[in-house]
Formats: sequence, C-alpha cells, structure tokens
Amino acid sequence: MFSDPDFLKLIFGRLTLDAIPYHEPILVVTFLAVVLGGIALIGLITYYRFWGTLWRDWLTSVDHKKIGIMYIILALVMLLRGFSDAIMMRLQQAMAFGGSEGYLPPHHYDQVFTAHGVIMIFFMAMPFVTGLMNFVVPLQIGARDVSFPFLNNFSFWMTTAGAIIIMLSLFVGEFARTGWLAYPPLSGADYSPGVGVDYYIWGLQIAGIGTTLSGINLIATIVKMRAPGMTMMKMPVFTWTSLCTNVLIVATFPVLTATLALLTLDRYAGTNFFTNDLGGNPMMYVNLIWIWGHPEVYILILPAFGIFSEVVATFCGKRLFGYASMVYATVVITILSYIVWLHHFFTMGSGASVNAFFGITTMIISIPTGAKMFNWLFTMYRGRIRFEVPMLWTIGFMVTFVLGGMTGVLLAVPPADFVLHNSLFLIAHFHNVIIGGVVFGLMAGVVYWFPKAFGFRLDPFWGKMSFWFWLTGFYFAFMPLYVLGLMGVTRRVSQFEDSSLQIWFVIAAFGAFLIALGILSMLIQLVVSFVRREELRDITGDPWDGRTLEWSTASPPPDYNFAFTPLVHDQDSWWDMKKRGHSRPLAGFKPIHMPKNTGTGVILGAISVVFAFAMVWYIWWLAILSFVAMVVIAIGHTFNYDRDFHIPANVVADTEGKRTEVLAVEVQA
Amino acid sequence: MTEFHTERALGEGQAPTFYLTEEHHPEGSTMLGFWLYLMSDCLIFAVLFATHAVLGRNYAAGPSPADLFDLPLVAVNTSMLLFSSITYGFAMLAMERYEKKATLAWMAVTALFGTAFVGLELYEFAHLIHEGAGPQRSAFLSSFFTLVGTHGLHVTAGIVWMFVLMAQVAKRGLIAENKRRLMCLSMFWHFLDVVWIGVFSFVYLMGVLG
Repeated sequence: MFSDPDFLKLIFGRLTLDAIPYHEPILVVTFLAVVLGGIALIGLITYYRFWGTLWRDWLTSVDHKKIGIMYIILALVMLLRGFSDAIMMRLQQAMAFGGSEGYLPPHHYDQVFTAHGVIMIFFMAMPFVTGLMNFVVPLQIGARDVSFPFLNNFSFWMTTAGAIIIMLSLFVGEFARTGWLAYPPLSGADYSPGVGVDYYIWGLQIAGIGTTLSGINLIATIVKMRAPGMTMMKMPVFTWTSLCTNVLIVATFPVLTATLALLTLDRYAGTNFFTNDLGGNPMMYVNLIWIWGHPEVYILILPAFGIFSEVVATFCGKRLFGYASMVYATVVITILSYIVWLHHFFTMGSGASVNAFFGITTMIISIPTGAKMFNWLFTMYRGRIRFEVPMLWTIGFMVTFVLGGMTGVLLAVPPADFVLHNSLFLIAHFHNVIIGGVVFGLMAGVVYWFPKAFGFRLDPFWGKMSFWFWLTGFYFAFMPLYVLGLMGVTRRVSQFEDSSLQIWFVIAAFGAFLIALGILSMLIQLVVSFVRREELRDITGDPWDGRTLEWSTASPPPDYNFAFTPLVHDQDSWWDMKKRGHSRPLAGFKPIHMPKNTGTGVILGAISVVFAFAMVWYIWWLAILSFVAMVVIAIGHTFNYDRDFHIPANVVADTEGKRTEVLAVEVQA
Repeated sequence: MTEFHTERALGEGQAPTFYLTEEHHPEGSTMLGFWLYLMSDCLIFAVLFATHAVLGRNYAAGPSPADLFDLPLVAVNTSMLLFSSITYGFAMLAMERYEKKATLAWMAVTALFGTAFVGLELYEFAHLIHEGAGPQRSAFLSSFFTLVGTHGLHVTAGIVWMFVLMAQVAKRGLIAENKRRLMCLSMFWHFLDVVWIGVFSFVYLMGVLG
C-alpha cells in the first residue's frame, strides 16, 4: 500500500523526501545549528523550570507590555536571519567575477534575495514597529491595556505563525525566487510551479491577518482609551505617529490580502487575473501590490519619526519644537503616501501625464518630511543636549536620512527613473532610508524604552560600539551601490562579467561586515547589560528625565500600569507633573479591572501553521481538518464569558507600597 | 474638557489634580473596532470591484455578461438578501424590548433568507460552470466569480455567526455582552447588503448593458 503513488499523494500531497535539501551543505549546516540551538534552548528552559512561567506569564499573556516585548524578540531573531541572507549576497557578489560563479548557485541566490526582502520588511521591521507601539502607546496615553487585549495576543501569534512558515521553507522545500513582491507572471503557476511562492503567499496572508487586527486594535485604543484631559493635540508625538501608522495599516493591508488572494486563485484554481493569456493583466497585480507597498514604507517610518521626536525632546531637555506642525506633517504624509504608488513603475508606460502626477506627488512628500527635520533641528538648537545612545542614533538618522531623501527625490523624476529603474541606485536609496530611518529609529527606541521594560538601562559602551559600526558600515555598504547603480548595474544579479566593478562590491561587502559587528555589539550589549543589571538599575522609573506619561510609573510597570489614572493638563504631561509638584497618591487604592490570560491565541497560531503547511504541499485532508479545527476553537472561545477579574485593592496597595519604600531609599541615598 | 483648562489659572506652586482618584471607565471600544474592521473588509471588496472594473471586459473570445446573466434570478436573489436585512432589523427591535423569543425567531428567519440567497447563488454558479463559463474561462469570469463568491462567503460566515449567536442568546439571554454581539452582527449583515447593492448594480446590471 505504501508504494502506491496515489496513496502517498493522498496522504502527503506533493511532499516527498526530495523536498529535504540534504544535498545543500549550507542548509544542512544551518539546520544543524538551528537544531542544536533549539535543543540548548529547550534544555535551559527545562533546567530552570521555566515552562510553567513561559506558558502562564508570556505565551498566553494578554498584557500589552509582554506582547510588545515578544514582538521585539521575534523581530530580533528575524533580523539575524534576514541579515545572514544579506551577508551571503554581499559575499557572493564580491566573489562572482570574471568567470567565477561564486559559491551560491543562481536558484539558491534568488531564494536568498527574496527571503531577505520578505523577512526584513514583514518579519523584522513590522513586528519591531508593532512591538514598540504595543509596549509604549498604552503607557503614553495613561491606559491599563489596549482596547482588545485578547485580539492583541491573537495578532502576535498570527505574525509569529507567518514567520514560522517562512522559516520552514528553508528546510522543507524551497522559498520563492521571485523577489520580495512576487510579481506575476513570474510568480504564476506556469513559471513558478514549485512550493516557493506558496510558502510566500501563506506566510504573508497569515501574518497579514495579525497585522490588520493589531492596527484596528491600536486605533481603537488611541481613540477611546486616552487618560482624561489628553485631547488629540496633547497626545505625545509617538502616539500620533502610531495612530497614523495604524490608520495606514488598516487602510492598506486589506489590499495586500486581496491581491495575494487573487494570486492564490491564479495558482490554485487556474483563474486568469494575472496570467499572460485569457484576458489576464499582470500589471494589475503590480498596481495593487504597490497600493499596499508604498504606504507600507510609511507604516514603518512614521513610528520611527515618533521615536526621534520623543528622543530629541527628552535628551535636549526642551519641549519639542513645532508640535502642531509635527502633527500636521505626519497627517499630510499619511494622506500623500496613498497617492504615490505608481512611482515604483514609471516604466510601465502609463504616459507622461500620469507619470508627471505621481512624480510630483512623490516630490511633495519631501516638504512635510523636511518640516519635521527642521523641527528636530530647532529642538536641538540651544537645547542642553545629552549625547546618550538614543541621541546618537537620532543624529546619525538626521544626516543619513536626508541623503536618502534626496536620492529619493532624484528617483521621483520620471526621466531619471527610466535610467535608474531596478538599478542598484534604487537599492542604495531604499536601504538608505530604511536603515538610516527605520532601523536607526528602532535602535534608538529600544535603548530609550529598555529601562522602562526591564528596570535597568542598556550598557552605553556597547551601545556606542553598535551605533558606530552600524553607521560606518551602512556608508561602506551602500555608497558603492549608488555608484554602481549610476553605472547601470541592475539588481538581483548573481554573477558579473566586467571585473572593473568588483572593487565596489568588495567595499560593499566590507560594509556588510562592519554592520555584522554592529549587530554583534548589540547582542553583546544585551548580555553585558544583563550581567551588570544591578549597576545599571533604575529605581525611579524615569532614568532619562522624561516628559511623557510612561515615565511616571514604575520600571517595569505593574500589570495595571497606573494605580490611579493620570489627569492630563499639558502635552508633556509627566514633565508638567514634575514641574508643578505632583505628589504620588499613597492611599485610597481601588480594585483594578483586568483581562484574563487565554491560550486560544497561541493554539490558533499553531494550527494556522499546520493549515498553511498543508496548503503549500497540497495535503488537502490536513488543510480541511486544520481549518475546521480553527473555526471550532474560535467559536468555542466566544462561549467563554468569564474573561476578566479584579486585582484586589490590597494587592495594588502592596505593590505601590513597595515602590514607595524603594523610592524613599533612593531619596535618602 | 474645559474643567481641566481652568486649572491653568491656578497660581505658581499651587499644583492641580494630577490623578483620578476614582476608577477610570473609558467608553467601550467594540463598536468603533468593529466599524474599523468593516472598513478594512470594505477595502477587500474595493480591490475586487477595481479588478472587475479593469478585467470585466476581457472575455477572451468567451461569453459576455449578456450571454450569461439571468436577471430575474438575480432579482429574486437580491430580494432574499434585502428581506433578510429587514428581518434582522426586526430582531434588533425585539432585542431592544428584551423579547428573547422574538429576537431568536427573527434571527432564524434572517438565517433562512440568507441560506436561500447563498443557495440561489450556488445554483447560478453551478449553472455557469456547467455551461463552460467557469472561473478559468476568462479574466472577466475570474473576477466575476471571485467578487460574487467573496460576498457569498461573507454571507455564509454571517449565517454561521447567526447560529452561534442564537445559541448564546438562548443560553444566556439578552445580557450586555450578547446585545453588543447582536449589534456587531447587525452592522456586518447590513454591510453585506450594501456591498450586494454594488455587486447587483455594477456587475449584473451594467454588465448586461454591455
């Protein structure tokens, strides 16, 4: 029976032993490393008897702070994966000259560049941004949690499930060889018959559900849960940029979902949306995916702008210059980001008028962005600047991002774009704004809010090492790409004939090596800080002399965030409280209403991985089974009406009392 | 909000109140959240409508809407969905009067109309596929089946939700949680009605006009 191919097909779909890449040494070594790492991790968790805590306090947690931290851990893990892809590409391109084929065969190289883009955008930058917003926003607006705490947990697990699906493709089958946006007809069934594009589709679809739901959740939170007195124009700038980002998420991720669903139908059901024949139109896909894709880059950069605004105001000891203009600039960018998508394919041939319209809207975006840049500069002007690590990242950003912005305006000119389209100049441009903007912002945010999350600061020496390696590494890695792009070298090429180009690629590879040292420094920083945590301890909850409400509570904040909801009178409400002599209430605590933890989110996430795997490999029985299981579990969850509890007043009084003692010791010392 | 501004008038050193001593109860976010979800769903339909607008005339030498659509059938189908919206309205009115049995009865009627709608749609699909006008035939048919089918899937999900909610109302009565859920389903159901008006006008009527 087991030798009958039809029977095997019924059970395993198109999954066969050949799908395991045991003949690829790079993958086998990676697999072994992952297995050993996994065993070590499981061993450590078992040794320290951490399983119970892990399940009760983390995996099933609906606490926005813990979910935020888990998002960032996911992002850091995926950063390592995405960066490994990057350094493999840099190494390949530095080697493969004059007849040498390098060490990566083209079919492998194509998977690597696709995986790099997909992972860095969807599973590094997105969870990082969502994690920071999750952690910070409820604290900044004086709330106890987000509007829908269970939904938040579910969103996180859907994002993680997507990441797991993408990682699975490394060891079972293959990944897409199409580039990170999987343009048809290349990604259609005719030209990509394998499982790679299917992994791509299902990974993104499942993570996309999580992202959309978390967008809805955070908008509702910011609109409905603000502390009394915090009018819209008194919200901290990070909360404002988060609001705009989440509006963009809700306004664009459904477009991605629908577009990928149409591609799925083309691949699975034989429809003709994006095929070359029977009336299909591949450019329809390109338009739709960029209607999502362009706002996506603003989804990533706006929270980074928010972080820089908080950091600049805090470390210059001044109120942010031009708060209202900062808010309006953010809103204008939000709107404009929706009407520039066509600049990604001026070469489509839509005509001079259409290209001119999209070229001009693109250039206009630089105006509100420039306004922000001046606001940060004027905040620094005559400020008492403290060059702590977050401030270094901010200054590094201001220099680097302006450069990237200028090359962006260059690319916005349609005739110039006809020359530079899909060249390495474009690659240099978007890495310039994404690394110089988003990544630097996220790094600043981590260093800035780390003491809030864990109660001790990060080691500044290794933080500075990380910053300087990243900064110099970025310039070494991407300036050569501008040069190569201007010389006409196109993207996604694995071998070169003209050996005069090699030197530029070698310089770029050196830059990637410096960035690797930057990442290594960051990891060392985490370890060193943990070891030295007693020296770096912050008892006050306000290590940077902050201005917004998250610094008014303990570090790490108690489960309920604030024993008493703050009353807001000013934009910089915590600064206002400190300046006008607030006194922390020491009595009169009330029971606090909180949501209960639930395992439904993590279970649904796990089953969705099984579902996606079954769909990728055409294992229909398993797909149906897992889909039904998800529906039944989700419905079962709605029959549970017992979802909240009260933290008793005496527990609140105890927690706050302990903090009072600690603060008193601090004052005496 | 003025009460907070007036405290600005306090003199130097006189600190205003910085903490709420009572428990803070922000108003419920569920309706806003569900409304946002509906808008995101609306965008999915927007993409499908846009795709139909671009590809809807690409017949690939195959059948066109005028050859395929049976407007009287679609009219009956449309009336099923419109009736179901009215009956759901009655369910909500019964809910406001706390009449549990009437609420459940109207929900059952709504589910029945919804099932009739989905049944007629499946009949239409089967008929088209039987005639050789399946979703693989042309880009027009791909976008037609996907747009109408996505709406049908939503109605199906709405029917499942209806039954789940009926069980919950039967079990626990018209408590606040269940009223909130009934309100959400109401928004969902009427939303599907509005989308269908768009499908009926743009896909069927304008399609047949050519």
